[in-house]
Amino acid sequence: MTFLLRRAAFYLVTAWAAITINFVLPRMLPGDPVQTMITRFQGRLSADAIASLHVLFGLDAGESLPTQYWKYWENLFRGDLGLSFTFFPTTVTDVVAQSLPWTLSLMGVTTVISFVLGTLIGVYAGWRRGSWLDGLLPVTTFFSAIPYFWLGLIAIAVFAVNLRAFPAAGGYAPGVVPGFTAEFVGSALYHAVLPGVTIVVSSVAGWVLGMRNMMVTVSSEDYVVAAHAKGLPERRVMLRYAARNAVLPSVSGFALSLGFIVGGTLLVEMVFSYPGIGFVLFQAVNAKDYPLMQGIFLIITLAVLVANLLADVVYLLLDPRTRKVS
Amino acid sequence: MTVLEIRDLSVDYGQGDDAVHAVSSVDLTLERGEVLGLAGESGSGKSTLAHAMTRLLPPPGVITSGEVLYHGRRSSSDGPVDVLGLTPKELRAFRWSEVSVVFQGAMNSLNPVSTVEQQLGDVFRAHRRDMTAARRTERSRELLDLVGISADRLSAYPHQLSGGTRQRVMIAMALALEPEIVVMDEPTTALDVVVQRQILEKMMRLREQLGFAVVFITHDISLLVEFSDRIAIVYAGRVVEQAPAREIYRAAAHPYSRGLLNSFPALHGERRPLTGIPGSPPDLRHVPSGCPFHPRCPSAFDPCDQDTPALVPLGEHRSAACWLHTTSPRRRSGVGAT
Repeated sequence: MTFLLRRAAFYLVTAWAAITINFVLPRMLPGDPVQTMITRFQGRLSADAIASLHVLFGLDAGESLPTQYWKYWENLFRGDLGLSFTFFPTTVTDVVAQSLPWTLSLMGVTTVISFVLGTLIGVYAGWRRGSWLDGLLPVTTFFSAIPYFWLGLIAIAVFAVNLRAFPAAGGYAPGVVPGFTAEFVGSALYHAVLPGVTIVVSSVAGWVLGMRNMMVTVSSEDYVVAAHAKGLPERRVMLRYAARNAVLPSVSGFALSLGFIVGGTLLVEMVFSYPGIGFVLFQAVNAKDYPLMQGIFLIITLAVLVANLLADVVYLLLDPRTRKVS
Repeated sequence: MTVLEIRDLSVDYGQGDDAVHAVSSVDLTLERGEVLGLAGESGSGKSTLAHAMTRLLPPPGVITSGEVLYHGRRSSSDGPVDVLGLTPKELRAFRWSEVSVVFQGAMNSLNPVSTVEQQLGDVFRAHRRDMTAARRTERSRELLDLVGISADRLSAYPHQLSGGTRQRVMIAMALALEPEIVVMDEPTTALDVVVQRQILEKMMRLREQLGFAVVFITHDISLLVEFSDRIAIVYAGRVVEQAPAREIYRAAAHPYSRGLLNSFPALHGERRPLTGIPGSPPDLRHVPSGCPFHPRCPSAFDPCDQDTPALVPLGEHRSAACWLHTTSPRRRSGVGAT
């Protein structure tokens, strides 16, 4: 328990540092985001709006940096991340709230599928090394070696353009109203197939390779030989004795990869014009939409931290050796 | 009464011309309730022999010939069972309930992510399907008590136990199904001498109590002399001498056995100089012609580098494979050459 508290304290400090950097960085950039925005709207903003924008960014003259910093925290706790330029006058919080579910469901599900599938293949390939499953390794490695954007474009060219089997872009068919209706869910799933499959195909190799190699290493451990000698059923030796120990490094890798779901989705969503947070970030960068970028960076940072915390907890549950003897 | 008979057992690592002949036509018998010591240097094939007779050889180990006949109480009606011919299902049932093993790396023989109770329970779940959970716990407690560990250690993970305790847990596990034979493959090499002695003495008391036979493998021949009834000396994958422990200690017939004995200080008895054995064990891919020990043998003479001596009886209970004790091949040409 003290271990968990200590970890929690560590994460709080890290989160504070990340959020502070997130505050400082835009203020160190040359130029003024409000100026960029005025240019963008070509004078259609009223003087009041400009003044309030200045206040919003903490750029109004009278305020010192510490005051700005204090206000920044205040706003943060109210969930107020400012207004987006690109989707003006929507708040950053709303933009993130709209796009995050798309990313989380697409990347979350595919990351889990890729991990489970890759680990299972790895378990069998490592257990029966030399079997036909080993032939699968070069194939999966080949797909993970291909740059993702190219793989995505080829998939679009073949399955969307030539075969017309799947849509080439978007998160759901135009004209469908988002909501918990069968029509919308079906359309969203249909649109998720192509990006989802390409993600799994390109990322499964890492899990297969890691798991297979750990299985080979663990298979010659004394406790696995002893488990055979005990006359246990082979399945039990493979899963409970070999795989259970071999999976430990993969599990922490998996928890960390969950953290990169939010940040690592940029390429996928660009290629498939998927309405997730990566696509929004891409638009924000193009439009120099600082508040939105700042908000997304904050979400990415927090996601990585939460995933790290998750990795710690899961490892604690899975490996008794990391638990402190009380 | 014989409980295990090994006949003409050979084991290779790899296949074809590159194969390493780790064990070459070994014959051994194990009597019910006795302690048979297997001694030899590292790489002599003694562990391979133990793994082969329990069919635990890791790839690329292959058993190329021989039989391992088990005369169990339970199978006595239909004669002996050839362990090497068991189907995977029969083999699983045979393992641990008839022959259990305490491993060389016994320190690491426990699964680090399971508690002692889960690992003991696994044995019962696999072999005693009708046992209830409560009965499994009860039996596990009895077993820990048997090896002198308090029952509250059942919920411990291996890393919470000392090396000696882990080894005791392994011994408790090995006795869980009251097997006829316990193979101990260098069971105490990782432990300090005090713990080593405690554990071996415990094991020998349990043997008297439960009546199982032990195959005790070690390179420490002084331990063997003390704890075994009979000793087989292994060199380059062959048994070169077999005799009751006392007789080997008093007067070893094979020069290699004498070398081994002179490599360790005796714990009891008179002092004698430690001499060791010159040279190192042969590369098993290129075993010397004739007697494989002849390049290192202080008493090598004419026939030794040409003909391989066979293991021949030297008296009622002992046998040796050495030209010193066999009629010269020049008089009885060809005999004993393989």
